[in-house]
Amino acid sequence: MAFLPELLLMGGALALFFVSLGESRARQAKAVALAVAVALVAACVLCLGQQAVLFSGAYRVDLFSQILKLVFACGYVLILLLGGELADIRDEVRAEYYLFLTLSVSGLVMLVSCVDILTLVIALELSSFPLYLMVPMRRERNGRRIQMESAIKYIMFGIAANGIMLFGMSYLFGLTGTTSLPVMVEKLRPVIASPLAIAGLAMTLCGLFFKLAVFPFHFWTPDVYQGASNETASLIASLSKVGAVAVLVRFVSLASPDNHAIVLLLTLLAIASMFYGNLIALIQKDLKRLLGFSGIAHAGYAMIGFVALDEAGYAAAIYYIVGYLFMVLACFVVICKVSRDGANVAMDELAGLYRRSPLLAVTLIVGIFALAGMPPFAGFMGKLTLLSAALAKGHLALVIIAVVNTAIAIYYYLCVIREACFRDAGTRPAIALDWPTRVLCVLLMAGILALGVAPARILDGISSSLASVNLPLTKVSQR
Amino acid sequence: MTFPNPNPDFPILSVLVFSPLAAAALAAFIRSERLLRWWALLCTTAIALVSLSLWWWFNPATAEFQFVERRAWIPSLKISYAVGIDGISLLLVLLTTLIMPLCVLCSWRYITTRVKEFMVCLLIMESAMVGVFCALDFILFFVFWEAMLIPMALLIGVWGGPRKIYAAIKFFVYTMTGSVLLLVAILALYLKVGSFSIPDMMGRNFAPEFQCWIFLAFFISFAIKVPMFPFHTWLPAAHVEAPTAGSVVLASVLLKMGTYGFLRFSLPITPYATHVFMPYVLWLSVAAILYGGLTALAQSDLKKLVAYSSVGHMGFATLGIFALNTNGIEGATLVMINHGVTTGALFIAVGIIYERLHTRDLGASAGLGKFMPVFAGFLGVFCLSSLAFPGTNSFIGEFLVLAGGFKVSTLLVICAVPGVVAAAAYMLRMLQKVAYGGVRNPDHSGLADLNLREVVTLAPLLVFVFWIGLHPQPFIHVMHASVQHLLEQTNGSLAPAAVALR
Repeated sequence: MAFLPELLLMGGALALFFVSLGESRARQAKAVALAVAVALVAACVLCLGQQAVLFSGAYRVDLFSQILKLVFACGYVLILLLGGELADIRDEVRAEYYLFLTLSVSGLVMLVSCVDILTLVIALELSSFPLYLMVPMRRERNGRRIQMESAIKYIMFGIAANGIMLFGMSYLFGLTGTTSLPVMVEKLRPVIASPLAIAGLAMTLCGLFFKLAVFPFHFWTPDVYQGASNETASLIASLSKVGAVAVLVRFVSLASPDNHAIVLLLTLLAIASMFYGNLIALIQKDLKRLLGFSGIAHAGYAMIGFVALDEAGYAAAIYYIVGYLFMVLACFVVICKVSRDGANVAMDELAGLYRRSPLLAVTLIVGIFALAGMPPFAGFMGKLTLLSAALAKGHLALVIIAVVNTAIAIYYYLCVIREACFRDAGTRPAIALDWPTRVLCVLLMAGILALGVAPARILDGISSSLASVNLPLTKVSQR
Repeated sequence: MTFPNPNPDFPILSVLVFSPLAAAALAAFIRSERLLRWWALLCTTAIALVSLSLWWWFNPATAEFQFVERRAWIPSLKISYAVGIDGISLLLVLLTTLIMPLCVLCSWRYITTRVKEFMVCLLIMESAMVGVFCALDFILFFVFWEAMLIPMALLIGVWGGPRKIYAAIKFFVYTMTGSVLLLVAILALYLKVGSFSIPDMMGRNFAPEFQCWIFLAFFISFAIKVPMFPFHTWLPAAHVEAPTAGSVVLASVLLKMGTYGFLRFSLPITPYATHVFMPYVLWLSVAAILYGGLTALAQSDLKKLVAYSSVGHMGFATLGIFALNTNGIEGATLVMINHGVTTGALFIAVGIIYERLHTRDLGASAGLGKFMPVFAGFLGVFCLSSLAFPGTNSFIGEFLVLAGGFKVSTLLVICAVPGVVAAAAYMLRMLQKVAYGGVRNPDHSGLADLNLREVVTLAPLLVFVFWIGLHPQPFIHVMHASVQHLLEQTNGSLAPAAVALR
């Protein structure tokens, strides 16, 4: 029962595999994927309270993992709705696209339950490799294979980061003689201050920094966003970052409750990411590149939570990244619908959006202002929790740098709003929306607003689930 | 004039805060533009009438917060939904709710495109503005404070003049930048106090150094909003480009949030730092009065003229607040109300000219009085009020402020006097031009005088000009206890060092 969501996803992936064997079965594949996604949401809701340890302590089902699985399931549905008919994916691989999408989600779903670094690496790869393949599935345009360039960059960076992560893990293994995270927590505690442990842990984090696009592992982000189709970029920008933050919680808590070197490292990376992302986003003309750089900055904000090295900080980081999922998807819906047959969207193509499609314009306003951290949206509450967690631990300078960055960022977010709301449409045509898109827009806005206005239950849920990330892990190892 | 509240449990403040929001949500479903205008007018008028009940039920004898509601909102962060008002915020809430129907009325013909979105933005603004004045929880306050920026920027950016985009973005970036440090200050206070409750933070006697940092963070945020002298550059741009209703909301209510912030937060939470920084703020206020007055003298654009006069008037408000005595603060609060009434009326008047002439140039509108005598009459009263003519509202406010200022420093007040003279000069210059002009006036013979709607828009403000001007006692009475309490909090724990500063 506790394994139901994973089973469902694997069954769905298998079914999609058979569907994709035939010619041009994109429509059936989409139906199957959507059915799997809806069933997955139901299954995750059903399994929300489950507790279990599977595969001899390598896989743990608890509140923490189940909440995140529910988030992934919701994100999966949203991304399927957002993709529409996959206009920008080559005809012959559309069915396969759904297969890889499902596999990637299944990797993420497993990732959050893994408590052994071996299964964890495998789940991480399972979530990454389909993405490497989905990037080049975009159509060619004008004879330029920009998607191939992005795919190569993505896979090269990904493999390199993975290599560093595995190297770091080998240090941790060498120090503790175990691959099980709960045991590692215990054994690492006496030696965590040693340079070897710090180097091992830092290198291990690198693989996750890559997924989250933290400086200096961010270089792929804007290029991949630009080269990948809009649907793929929305997946890379949203779900895989949630996965990265979830696993970061597991690894960073190895350094809890206090580790000066790791705190310093995280602080510096957070500051560098925020400044780098925000300053370069200021001059972007392509909307996806802008979101890419803003994504780097948001990765920096999320790192603020980890700097605190306590549960409040982790909870804030997870809450923030879940909010980010909704915000960034809201922006990507607009990109997908504004773009003509899937091409990239330049800023000035948004002109007059408020006349061409009021619903999209409102969605964009909500999404962008949420990213900018304006109340009453999720971005504000997220920043509030992050900053108060960091300030409680005395990181005043970091907090001030973060708010300064918020002020810098507001300019380029306003530029997006300026194009969409203040400029005349000219001859640009109105945008007709189908019903799934309308539902999607409303759902995303409701999500952003609900997370911002009524975060109490969600925050409490995450906090109480975090209590089980550290402590009962040791219980698991004793069983 | 107080009656016991017949139903003390009725959440009247929540009703006032959220009913505009509900009205905005319903307005989204109305298709006819005509109906939308009537709907917005109906809702804002109804809210204004409901808010009047606050005046009857308010007990001016106590400085306690009244009509308090308190509910847990985010328990894990100790954030609660808490609202309540005292004598100072009561007046500002009433000012907000009473100005809003006039904003709808003055946009009746002015706004012809996107009427639905315009009315929705106005109603959302009203919600946020009332919320700012009622909030007793710092995060709730901050949410309203920031949430207001989005509809205001849209009001300027979508319905504004030729340089609307520049103005909207400048306004947004300026105020947002100011408020990010406010957030840090709020969090720092939270970590000291353990909750976000505003009354809990007052009178705590924090460490002097801590107070100074908090005060500076508050000051930047509120000074930008007021706007005080070196931070004022967003104001003329925003005012000139905004549609009439936007200018009115901006002048009458938004600017008051800065001074309200000083009264509600800076003074009682950081009393020591207030005394430390008091001289500097006072001189900045004088600079604002002089600067606003002299710059307004040089303007030929009517809206810019009124906008710069706002800088001067708000300088009086901050001067009164930081005089830190009863006269000063009561005068400052009255200046805030008066400025809302008078400057709001002047912006409506400029809007009326603009609707007829499609220009706001002072030269082009010369000699309007001959063809629009009723309008010229209204304009005359509001101009006299703006230059603080005895018998009008501004006279009382500025007189009290200067009386308060005298107790602090004679030199200060003497330095501010040229600003008062300049105010008379630029206002009379404008009135003379618009009402009479010269011998070579442009031809205005085709212009119609005010219609009923425009008279109804201006008349309530006229009433307030004379009511406050001739019988200010009820207004002072209602805030007196609150001001005394505020002064006790600010001066009660007065460090000896601060006395030496005087």
